[in-house]
Amino acid sequence: MVELALPKNSRIRTGKTWPKPEGATNLRKFQIYRWNPDDGENPRVDTYWVDMDTCGPMILDALIKIKNEIDPTLTFRRSCREGICGSCAMNIDGINTLACIYGMDEVKGDVKIYPLPHMPVVKDLIPDLTHFYAQHESIMPWLETKTSSPEHEWRQSVEDREKLDGLYECVMCACCSTSCPSYWWNGDRYLGPAALLHAYRWIIDSRDEATGERLDDLEDPFKLYRCHTIMNCAKTCPKGLNPAKAISEIKKMMVERRL
Amino acid sequence: MAYMTDRKRVTGLGSAKTGTEHHWTMTVTSVALLILTPFFLGIVGGLLGQPHAEVVASLSRPIPALIVAAYLVVGMHHMRLGMQVLIEDYIRGLGRKIGLIATTILCYGLAAGGVVALAQIAL
Repeated sequence: MVELALPKNSRIRTGKTWPKPEGATNLRKFQIYRWNPDDGENPRVDTYWVDMDTCGPMILDALIKIKNEIDPTLTFRRSCREGICGSCAMNIDGINTLACIYGMDEVKGDVKIYPLPHMPVVKDLIPDLTHFYAQHESIMPWLETKTSSPEHEWRQSVEDREKLDGLYECVMCACCSTSCPSYWWNGDRYLGPAALLHAYRWIIDSRDEATGERLDDLEDPFKLYRCHTIMNCAKTCPKGLNPAKAISEIKKMMVERRL
Repeated sequence: MAYMTDRKRVTGLGSAKTGTEHHWTMTVTSVALLILTPFFLGIVGGLLGQPHAEVVASLSRPIPALIVAAYLVVGMHHMRLGMQVLIEDYIRGLGRKIGLIATTILCYGLAAGGVVALAQIAL
């Protein structure tokens, strides 16, 4: 049966409240999920106060400030700081998004930050994405051809290239898959919105010659058809993409080749 | 603990090569129910509180009887497919198999019972 409550060792407790910075007048309260695999303790939520007068405008700016000035043990991924690497995906104010492009002004009240939901946690805000990446690899995210390679590049018309818009922009941050209830319950078998969006990106690519094999691999009650068009994926995608539409296009192609 | 690569875990037993039939049947039965439901509600709703003789006379006519029978069969088939999705979503292992068998018996049992009852009224 599906588990509706967290296991005992995952239940979150109230953590430490860190002191307010001295002399600051414009403070903002941050409540951040903490878990260290080495101390054997349950997860906790620590409270931090950040001086907004000396902090950048994005959530990631505050996290970096906390790590630099208050608590160097706070652990999170980050890299590009402009929404292109997908590293800083986390749950902010109840929404899966990228901390680097999510503005502080988009959150009302206290800022609550948790790791991406329903994933094993490596430490603090870092989820274990091993299975997620393996699912992506399983859809063969590369051009598959049977014809001998041309002397120059594989050619593609402007119209066919435009079909990839709204698909190629995905940065694999996992915000969509980890917001999907179907992925929560059956993530071991359901590929999830991110992998399926990438699958469609290669299915629809005019240069790819493995369309049939790709559809064959996806024709499965769990790999593809766990999608119930809940649309959390489209709602949460920090890049504004619509994985649910890509999945429905795959389903249409599945029907199309049978009728 | 099993020593297994991540890719092996994802591949599992491979694609079942099925699912589209279920998806398409759900779509077709949804469209059918969209058409049948207003007629069914019109027929059965209009008979609520009516004398026994009038109900029998109405359901003895071929078109109302056909619509009610079609609604029962299509509706129960659609329900079985929908409950299959629910069971696959939330129940695992042996419970999933038992659930699928039980829901099949329940839905087709209800459809058969409804059609027999209708036949007894109409004939």
